[in-house]
Amino acid sequence: MTDRRTVILARISQALGHAAAADAPAVLQRVNDHARGPQPQWAEAPRERFLAKLAKVAGTHAELASEAEIVGAVADYLAAQTLPQRLCVAPHPLLADVVWPQGWQVAHRRAQGDDRIGLAVAFCGIAETGSLMLLSGPDSPTSLNFLPDDFICLLPEDRIVPRMEDAWALLRAERGSLPRATNIITGPSRTADVEQTIQLGAHGPRRLHVLLKGGRHA
Amino acid sequence: MKPTSAAFSDNARRALHDATLQQALAKAGVGFVEKRRAALSDLPEFAALREAGREIKDHTLANLDHYLLRFEQQVQASGGEVHWVDTPAEACAAVLDICTRAGAKRVAKGKSMVGEEIAINDALEAAGLDVVETDLGEYIIQIAHEPPSHIIAPAVHKTRQQIADLFENLHHQPDLTRPLETVPQIVDEARQILRDTFLSADVGITGANFLIAETGSTVIVTNEGNGDLSATLPRVHIVLASIEKVVPTLEDASVLLRLLARSATGQEITSYTTFFTGPRRGEDVDGPEQFHVILVDNGRSRMLGGAYHEMLRCIRCGACLNHCPVYSAVGGHAYGWVYPGPMGAVLTPLMVGLDEGRPLPNASTLCGRCEEVCPMSIPLPQLLREHRRQEFERKLAPPRSRWALAVWAFSAQRPRLYRWASRLGSLLLNKSSRGRGRFRSLPFAEGWTAARDLPAPQGDTFMAQWQRRKPHD
Ligand code: SF4
Repeated sequence: MTDRRTVILARISQALGHAAAADAPAVLQRVNDHARGPQPQWAEAPRERFLAKLAKVAGTHAELASEAEIVGAVADYLAAQTLPQRLCVAPHPLLADVVWPQGWQVAHRRAQGDDRIGLAVAFCGIAETGSLMLLSGPDSPTSLNFLPDDFICLLPEDRIVPRMEDAWALLRAERGSLPRATNIITGPSRTADVEQTIQLGAHGPRRLHVLLKGGRHA
Repeated sequence: MKPTSAAFSDNARRALHDATLQQALAKAGVGFVEKRRAALSDLPEFAALREAGREIKDHTLANLDHYLLRFEQQVQASGGEVHWVDTPAEACAAVLDICTRAGAKRVAKGKSMVGEEIAINDALEAAGLDVVETDLGEYIIQIAHEPPSHIIAPAVHKTRQQIADLFENLHHQPDLTRPLETVPQIVDEARQILRDTFLSADVGITGANFLIAETGSTVIVTNEGNGDLSATLPRVHIVLASIEKVVPTLEDASVLLRLLARSATGQEITSYTTFFTGPRRGEDVDGPEQFHVILVDNGRSRMLGGAYHEMLRCIRCGACLNHCPVYSAVGGHAYGWVYPGPMGAVLTPLMVGLDEGRPLPNASTLCGRCEEVCPMSIPLPQLLREHRRQEFERKLAPPRSRWALAVWAFSAQRPRLYRWASRLGSLLLNKSSRGRGRFRSLPFAEGWTAARDLPAPQGDTFMAQWQRRKPHD
């Protein structure tokens, strides 16, 4: 292969009538400005908006006053869905101190093919669409978000931001750059590929359950 | 795939007489249109977002080389590789090379229209690799050995019964008697079968809805989660993306994402919107070891700055298909290649040649609904007319229509002759419709009257009425 990169770039530059440069002033300015497009407006508070939108995409939730209620909320969910007490839990600091009941099988690792239930922590929630944002990393394996049938996700209430653009601002401020995978998850997995009929649980989780934790974020 | 666009009229005739296809199309059409309408009425800012989206794409295209370089730099900075390719053959060779070096046997594939464009599955299979489409719709058409018939709902032409039969024949094992009738049963069957693919694949291939120059990320928008499993579990992640997919920032992508989901499926956002940036990091416990982006040109840089420039704004939402009377009547396969509907009628002649794609720009009523619903305000009818003009200029049109157009042009440039001839034509048509006001058939116009009635002209010609009514100044 001759250098296709040169050929393609030359063709583009010729059509546009300038020389290609990754640091062209127009580009630098745009990339550093992070200017936002029109921002959708609504009346509700972020928390109310988040919960309403989550319900609309068939996500469920439970409200927790503090970390101490995580075990109870998970136990309730498992009982309601008649699920086994076998969890794959993200090695996340917010979940590190949780003491799971005797007899439960709890693994702290990435997900495997036969894991039924996954528990992770969201980086933030997005009120506009009822979405969760999860960032891949040692404390949040991406496989956990997609392999289990049931995905339970802890979201501290003060981590709900209004819009996707606010999530980017938070991400830049706290992390500087993007992790390998940034997942914006809105409800359980679904497909409409058979006769345009919505069916939940195509390849990813069949159910999505949010544990919305009050109080201040540690 | 080998295009059959040149046979559009035969394809279309067959489609119109295919009862099962008509049943499937009827079911799909209204759903898409209604869901989009509801989603737009819920968002008063849609028009403003549409304006902003257009500005983002116009700005990026005007600086495309800069942004592509910036994107490449950022991919490399996050540990990934970018491969620039000009043609489908080069694209396939690049993917195959990565697979070979990785010692890959099995490939899990997420949905990618660029993948269809370059026919990646054929190339990988020919090299002995096991390639499995993991998007349910793509999986269905892969096992049916058919091309997609819609850019976001590839198996929209299949009925539930047809899908159940396909699964029955392929998955059937003697000791297995799973019922396969309802939609949940069919979806569950695919979930079970494809699980193993994700877990055992060496390479995952996904497409990209957007590329982010700021961060070097590639973005996929899905509902099933198959793209994410394909990009997370295998050792190698390959992204197939065309060069016009790049946008400057995460904020720009946020604008376009709001437009895309609503225009495509009527959702506010799809279940999964994922930004991939490089391979697994040092401390990560999962994710691929390699991250490759194949940047495909395939004719796009030649569209830049030319008559079809605006088509490069397309975000592949499918709204123009869903609202097209021709697409709704004949379905996607009649168009004979990977992109159907109005956007396909513009792109196909550019990608497979005007000789092969010639009938497509003509198979349009230029009714303008596509342009109305296009979130990127692409003037599709104007681009279709441009194809027709080029076709006429290059003398590709059949002799009869060339002759007819030449006669029309000759008389249209001579007003008196034109008025006389059209009055004569109108009178003749009116007389011979024998007062019924409609023609069931007309000699020389069977192509028109075979599927519709031609209203007979009522009263005078437009020019005559205009002469009579125009205000005398
Ligand atoms: S041409 Fe417009 S409506 Fe059609 S797929 Fe592209 S963006 Fe969507």
